[in-house]
Amino acid sequence: MMSEQSGQAPRSAFWRTTEFRATLYQIIALGGVVAFGWWVAHNTLHNLAKRGIHSGFSFLFPPTEANFPIGETAHIPLLQGGFLYLLMAIALGWVASVLLAHWGRGHGHPLAEDLRMQAGVVALVFVLPVLVLYATRGSFQTEVYDATKPYLIAVLTGVMNTIKVSFIGCILATIVGLVIGIARLSSNWLVAKLSGAYVEIFRNVPLLLQMLFWYFLVLNTLPPVRRSIGILGMVELNNRGVYTPDPIPQASAPHFMLAIAAAFVLIYLYSHYAKRRQEQTGEQLPLLYPSLGILIVLPGLVWLVLGQPFTFSYPELHGFNFRGGMVLTPEFSAVLIALVIYTGAFIAEVVRSGIQAVSKGQREAALAVGLRKGLVMRLVVLPQALRVIVPPLTSQYLNLTKNSSLAVAIGYPDLVSVGGTILNQSGQAIEVILIWMMVYLTFSLLISLFMNWYNTKVKLVER
Amino acid sequence: MSTNASQPLQPLPFSAPRMARTAWTWARQNLFNTWYNSILTLLALWVVYEVVTGLWMWGFWHAALYYRDAAGHIQFDRKACADSTGACWAFVASNWYLFLFGTYPYDERWRPMLAFGVVIVLGLVSLHPRVRATWWVRGLWLLVPLWVLLMVRGLGFLDMKLVDSSNWGGLMLSLILGTLGIVASFPIGILLALGRRSTKMPIIKSLCVVYIEIIRGVPLITVLFMSSVVLPLFLPEGFNLDKVLRAQVGIIFFSSAYLAEVVRGGLQAIPRGQEEAAHAVGLSYWQTMSFIVLPQALRIMIPALVSGAIALFKDTSLVSIIGLIDFLSIAGLATANPQWIGRNIEAYVFIAAVYWIFCFNMSRYSMRLEKRLKTGH
Repeated sequence: MMSEQSGQAPRSAFWRTTEFRATLYQIIALGGVVAFGWWVAHNTLHNLAKRGIHSGFSFLFPPTEANFPIGETAHIPLLQGGFLYLLMAIALGWVASVLLAHWGRGHGHPLAEDLRMQAGVVALVFVLPVLVLYATRGSFQTEVYDATKPYLIAVLTGVMNTIKVSFIGCILATIVGLVIGIARLSSNWLVAKLSGAYVEIFRNVPLLLQMLFWYFLVLNTLPPVRRSIGILGMVELNNRGVYTPDPIPQASAPHFMLAIAAAFVLIYLYSHYAKRRQEQTGEQLPLLYPSLGILIVLPGLVWLVLGQPFTFSYPELHGFNFRGGMVLTPEFSAVLIALVIYTGAFIAEVVRSGIQAVSKGQREAALAVGLRKGLVMRLVVLPQALRVIVPPLTSQYLNLTKNSSLAVAIGYPDLVSVGGTILNQSGQAIEVILIWMMVYLTFSLLISLFMNWYNTKVKLVER
Repeated sequence: MSTNASQPLQPLPFSAPRMARTAWTWARQNLFNTWYNSILTLLALWVVYEVVTGLWMWGFWHAALYYRDAAGHIQFDRKACADSTGACWAFVASNWYLFLFGTYPYDERWRPMLAFGVVIVLGLVSLHPRVRATWWVRGLWLLVPLWVLLMVRGLGFLDMKLVDSSNWGGLMLSLILGTLGIVASFPIGILLALGRRSTKMPIIKSLCVVYIEIIRGVPLITVLFMSSVVLPLFLPEGFNLDKVLRAQVGIIFFSSAYLAEVVRGGLQAIPRGQEEAAHAVGLSYWQTMSFIVLPQALRIMIPALVSGAIALFKDTSLVSIIGLIDFLSIAGLATANPQWIGRNIEAYVFIAAVYWIFCFNMSRYSMRLEKRLKTGH
């Protein structure tokens, strides 16, 4: 660089230039990595051959049988019929909406401003898959794990259980974190201190310890099955879990669900119409009651015309255990409680710092204009705080999903737990660990993608 | 500048209006200023009352610690809890050695005690800011990991027989895993961060990015399984790493990726001009980094580094899943003793309290540092 500036400066020898060194270092590094990889592969092949383990993923498929029980199974949709159509509809709707948005940008209908464009995107992304789901509902085929099924189904059951606990956990942790985070800034001294104590206590104790603690607390305090605590004959509490009524879909259930989806679409359209009306005329249309009305009337009509969509099966004591109803096992409950409490403490800190990042003047100005305190929070502070909150919130969701793997310690059959059993039974350690890593990396990628999308949306609102 | 602007501000000739600062006015302003705050206050008071009385009754009032036998000696066995309805702290008291050192040979207990005693003394001495700044205290801190390892493992001579790492356990093992983890992953993390930020070496950059992102995308437990189950397959035959070392390797792999991101954050906060100026003066890349950029970046990073250390220390509890006898797994071990079956809650509360004291104080320390660094600008 220096030599180019002054013509006569002596050119340094080629091996002293940064370019040459950069290339050399990179060749060395790459060579090192390749050599190391080769060495590892060589050792591994040798060790595997010596132990008589055949590498490869064929152990996942029939005729191998898993031969171990899983406490909590799930319906795994097979990649054929209705589920395949649904996936295709989702992909198609997504691609089409991206193309539509692109076309709109070029032709003066930017997505952020044009209501018809937004409605189109909603139709493609939401309505199309729901309609396809409704139309092809008969051809859905699911598989439920039992010990005679191959390892693949066991792994998928583990994946479903991980998704279940992480998804519910993320939602509940967000609620807990939001409440505690806002309470920490409350003008009420006691409430602020109490939420501060909550955060400091649960943030500084290992999650695994909390999980074990809740698990043993649940097991120790709830009575055995014989002395189960019944609530109104519908919910049963004992140390095998919490038994709740289980909805059983009847003939009109699909139509009922479709009506609910349609109600949401109508509410969406109506709220957009109301928003535009307010922007143009300043007149505020009522939002809450019409929305509630739509949500009640539409599914209610289906109920009246086609009959009750769901009946309930209630838990009943048969011999040594309860049958019927849905069950929240102690394992699931302990994992969920620990994840929600632990991550909630972290999210509370995220929320608090986000709210504190909004400059004081914004709040004061809003109060001066005459907005009520709740509205100041909802309309002025939180939308701006979201900008700061969303990126760290994303990493908390990722942490929660990854931390759900600790469930292995108390025997909730998540991906790691099921994988660990397979690893011990089959000895296919490398393959199992690869599956774990691939699945978790996919989860991480999906959550990041979703939250990045949400982040751009929040940013757009801020503009 | 005018001269009177530099004069100190004179106090105003009158003081603020006097307000009655009684407890009642304070409560009116901070607890009962609106009707919903009053409800919230009452609810919160109820929660505090329930929790505090519950904990008090269980942990102190109805709890049992010891009893006196016929000869009048204090005893800590199961009989102490025979007719108590609360916590049984006799369980913790009689298992103190297990909690602290696991299955470490009882006759050799003076070694870890001496080792950690010296570290505690060093820590107390370092509380004084002047002493902390001297070179010999810093040097001693650098020697701490080596000292602890030598004392715990033994030299094989000087009357200190070797204690195999399979016998290390308890709080001692957790502390060793956490400390060595943070110490060893620090240089690796710095290298990874520098690699990730390099602009002229795309291959090295992508290698670092791939490593960091893969490790950060998977849970620690999978990395630990990898290091405990798969690592032996990767190594040549007959090359045996013991269980603790394998877990330690996994922890270092994992935490160096997270540390790299912390370091990268610190590096990004240093203005580009610093690097360019150093370059213009004629410093090489490594000189620039080690004398100009990293010292400044490290200062900014300290709070994030401490939170990383806290997270790592909490995460060491995961090694109990792959069969190490760390502090947390002592709970299972001690309650497996028929004398103490069913005392899990006591065990977990005690372990949680110890973890909490460590982590809370570290986080307070990082907050203090953060405040000091902020005013320093």
